[in-house]
Amino acid sequence: MADDTGGDLHLRDVTKSFGTFTAVDDLTLTIPQGSFFALLGPSGCGKTTTLRMIAGLEEPTVGSITLGERDITHAKPYKRPVNTVFQNYALFPHLDIYENVAFGLRRRRAKDVDKQVMEALALVELPHLARRKPGQLSGGQQQRIALARAVVNRPQVLLLDEPLGALDLKLRRQMQIELKRIQTEVGLTFVHVTHDQEEAMTMADTVAVMNNGRIEQMGAPSELYEAPSTTFVANFLGQSNLVTGRRIAADTETVTVLCHGQTLHVPVSRCGTEDVDVLLGVRPEKIHLGGEAQEVAAGLNSFAGGIVSDASFMGVSTQYLVRLPWGQDLTVFAQNRGIGEQYPVGSRVTLSWEPAHTFALAGDATAGVESDLAVPVG
Amino acid sequence: MAIASVAHTGPAAPPPAPAGRSRSLTPYLLLLPGIAWLTIFFVVPIVTLFGTSLQVPAEGGETGVFVQAFRFANYVDAVTEYWAQFSRSFVYAGIATVLALAIGYPLAYMIAFKAGKLRNLLLVLVVAPFFASFILRTIAWRQILADEGFVVSSLKWLHVIPQTATVTASAVAVVAGITYNFLPFMTLPLYASLERIDPRLLEAGSDLYGNGFTVFRKVTFPLSLPGVVAGTLLTFIPAAGDYVNAALLGRQPGTAMIGNVVESRFFRIVDYPTAASLSFVLMAAILVLVFLYIRKAGTEELV
Ligand SMILES: Nc1ncnc2c1ncn2[C@@H]1O[C@H](COP(=O)(O)OP(=O)(O)O)[C@@H](O)[C@H]1O
Ligand SMILES: [Mg+2]
Repeated sequence: MADDTGGDLHLRDVTKSFGTFTAVDDLTLTIPQGSFFALLGPSGCGKTTTLRMIAGLEEPTVGSITLGERDITHAKPYKRPVNTVFQNYALFPHLDIYENVAFGLRRRRAKDVDKQVMEALALVELPHLARRKPGQLSGGQQQRIALARAVVNRPQVLLLDEPLGALDLKLRRQMQIELKRIQTEVGLTFVHVTHDQEEAMTMADTVAVMNNGRIEQMGAPSELYEAPSTTFVANFLGQSNLVTGRRIAADTETVTVLCHGQTLHVPVSRCGTEDVDVLLGVRPEKIHLGGEAQEVAAGLNSFAGGIVSDASFMGVSTQYLVRLPWGQDLTVFAQNRGIGEQYPVGSRVTLSWEPAHTFALAGDATAGVESDLAVPVG
Repeated sequence: MAIASVAHTGPAAPPPAPAGRSRSLTPYLLLLPGIAWLTIFFVVPIVTLFGTSLQVPAEGGETGVFVQAFRFANYVDAVTEYWAQFSRSFVYAGIATVLALAIGYPLAYMIAFKAGKLRNLLLVLVVAPFFASFILRTIAWRQILADEGFVVSSLKWLHVIPQTATVTASAVAVVAGITYNFLPFMTLPLYASLERIDPRLLEAGSDLYGNGFTVFRKVTFPLSLPGVVAGTLLTFIPAAGDYVNAALLGRQPGTAMIGNVVESRFFRIVDYPTAASLSFVLMAAILVLVFLYIRKAGTEELV
């Protein structure tokens, strides 16, 4: 079904309201044909609603959706070259696996149904289950069949709504690899919704982080991780240390910020705000721990006078919590390479890191931290 | 190790007998009231009724006095004589069942999928007729379907039915009455099975290129089959044995059903053996029909 020219999916200024509640707020997205795109965000942020609008199961209140040249904003779901892998699979319980997979082909009166169904079942490595009913399959097998049932139609866009959410961790990791393999093999555009940041980062070419119905930031996984542009992204994708400060100077290359009496530097390209009040951020694994007396090399950012308040050994690394003089705890990951010192609780330490690993943001330091996410997956 | 083997082989290991025995008896104790009820009020009467069906009139006795015999020819006589009423019963019940399905399915579908907040109210309305007496409601239908009544005259005025048509005391009135009276028995099981359908399955159907009608045909309807089977059985079985509708809305003997014959044999003509054999034949015929029907509908759809 997919052809090579101009199959990009565009969402323009799409808003969806349910009564007075806005589930998706002025969303604009371009998803290139053939890419693996992840929509990442906490439960209730509007991911499913976005997918449902692309699938045609929900109509946007405002805005337009186009696939290539074609405006599909108001097209019926059965008239779109789009298929969905539903959050709870939604396999037809009265049909066997074969007929479930054949459903879309039969509706389109496809030729060689048998060949295509068996190929799709082979792709998910379950051809021997063709004559079983969905109720006789395990969760992981149902998940694969749901995928086969959608992929067999070779849609231009395949939508996956938390397809791995119901699987246990080990199966989830295994299915992530398989999904990626299948996407590469069939070359379809995948729009994968998840609330699991690790899943989004390992699988997707492009990740869009969504919060409260809006896209906070979009880009390659490494880009989002290294240079988050909002505090929500900084906290939701991995962990961040955020320290309040005031901008005191700037030249063409570097912004200088005063944080609790310490002068720190941020490259202009990594400074996401023009405000005077900023949040300076650095990832825990980017920080180097040194003893109190140790000299900090010139040109590094540093905080002196820290006291280790907690040290948890985690195998490959040790996670330290360092209490700084103004009472804030920063997290530091130190790799256990067997060289360099271990710092027991109570040690006095100095933290240092490259200015190039620093980022500066505006806004609320606690947006997107884990406690926000302790709600059930929806 | 040694201790364990002694415990297994030695005589000093009494099985936890009391607990085990009482546990295995519990299900039977729980079944006891049900079994007693069925024995007293079903098995015993059935056996008595079977006995009655084989009796012959006492020689030189008065009307209504019979002696026990084994005259199986009673059955042959009953069926040959009342063949017409038997077939009429099944035809009326069949038509009423089809009509009830045709009316009940859209009704149940609407309540299950489209009613929103009105759902519970509509369900109450479906069963609301039960709050009034069955007999009274059926008599009310006599008024509703009267030839000079509003419904029939409107239909005539609209030329939906010919000017000469008469509905009072006709087969149409009987079938309409049966359809009306058993509609809730059709609607409720249909509703129950439609309501259980996961709406995401319907979305999956339309996502997979099925338009509204195809999704209904390939997903909704097959998934509602248990309700269709239950509803048609709950309508057809009592309708085939019904005599109230034919008695109140029909005309004798033109629209008499087998229930009317049984009733008059028992209570008016006092011919117990014929009435009893007719009851048995009716029961057997319904059992056979139901059996064939369930076989055809596919037993696995019923679970
Ligand atoms: N049909 C609906 N009616 C009212 N509110 C809805 C409806 N669908 C979704 N919502 C609301 O929109 C928000 C976003 O929902 P959803 O897109 O399912 O979130 P996610 O998939 O990201 O967890 C939620 O707060 C949800 O309650
Ligand atoms: Mg969701």
